[in-house]
Formats: sequence, structure tokens, C-alpha cells
Amino acid sequence: MTDTVTKTDLAEILYMEVGLNKREASEFVSVFFETIKAQLLAGHGVKLSGFGNFELRDKKSRPGRNPKTLEEIPISARRVVAFKPGQKLRNTIETYAGSRSQ
Amino acid sequence: MKDSITRSELINILAAQFEGSELSKSDISLSVREIINHMSATIANGDRIEIRGFGSFTLRQRNPRMGRNPKTGEPVPLGAKYAPHFKPGKDLKEQVKDKVGT
Repeated sequence: MTDTVTKTDLAEILYMEVGLNKREASEFVSVFFETIKAQLLAGHGVKLSGFGNFELRDKKSRPGRNPKTLEEIPISARRVVAFKPGQKLRNTIETYAGSRSQ
Repeated sequence: MKDSITRSELINILAAQFEGSELSKSDISLSVREIINHMSATIANGDRIEIRGFGSFTLRQRNPRMGRNPKTGEPVPLGAKYAPHFKPGKDLKEQVKDKVGT
């Protein structure tokens, strides 16, 4: 069973741990993600040390197919966002994974 | 494109956006740290993060498999591996898509 963490949960952390009031906490979490998004839309990757890097990759157009009708439809050239986890996050995961499997 | 902003640049951008508010730069910097730490712990714990309009993070497991020592050819069991995965949300994906080549 897994829980899902949302912006509301992150705002709660800022309220509890940083002492922002509830309105500030919720606004900060929204602005944080909106700002990362705006940077990505402006063509900038975002490197968050301790977490990972959001990178942009341009993909060439390629032939695709509608899997239902088998009709060929070209997939247009596009830019995609990729996330590359940093060393610290990978180490944290290793530690948790170790405690899970034992 | 291809250039990236760093965590400290992101903090500066956020500080500029919150100028004139009650939030000090150290509140902002601490808030970014808390968000990143909580997100890392959530992913490592195997729980999911869902940020509407931005994307979701999950922990994916790669099955244990038999590897081989490349020198001796001897089979070596490799344990299950876990890796974080980011799936861009619909908004982000659609909006960044057309920025290809810019």
C-alpha cells in the first residue's frame, strides 16, 4: 500500500517545519513548482542539488502507429522533460531499499 | 536551450518573486530544502508524489537478475534495484512539447 503526497502535504511540512503560515506555505509550494515549470518552458533545465536534475531533450519526428487501427501516424518532433536523480537521492533509496528487503 | 539553472539560482528567482512579502530569503531557502527532503524521503519510502499540472514521482523496481562477472564468466546474483521515475503531468508535457528546437 502506498500513500500519495500532494502539494497540500508539502505545504503542511512548511507550516510545521519552517513556520510559514498556512496561506504562505500553500502559496510557496505552488510558486515553487510553477517556477520550475516556467524555467523548463523557457528552455532551461533545472538542477536541484540533493534531489536531481530536470533536463530537456529534443526528439526527432518518427513514424508511429495507432495500436488499435494499425494506421500509421507520424509522431511529430517534440521536446520532453526527463528527470535524472542525483547521487544523494539514489543513496537514500539504496538505504531504504536495504531496510525493506531485510 | 541546454543551459540549466541551479538550486541557488532557483532560490534567487523565488526570492525575487516573494520580494515585498513576509518571506525572507532564509525562509525560502529553508522551504526549498524541506520540500526536497520530504520529496526524497517519500520516493525512497516507495510512496508516490503527485503535483497537479507538473508531474508525478514514483519508485520503480527492477527485478533481481543473474549477472556475470565479465572477467571469469561466473554468474553473480544481482539484487532488486530501485530507481525513481518522474512522469511529466499533462500540462507540462503539452506545453513543453512545442518548444522543440527553440
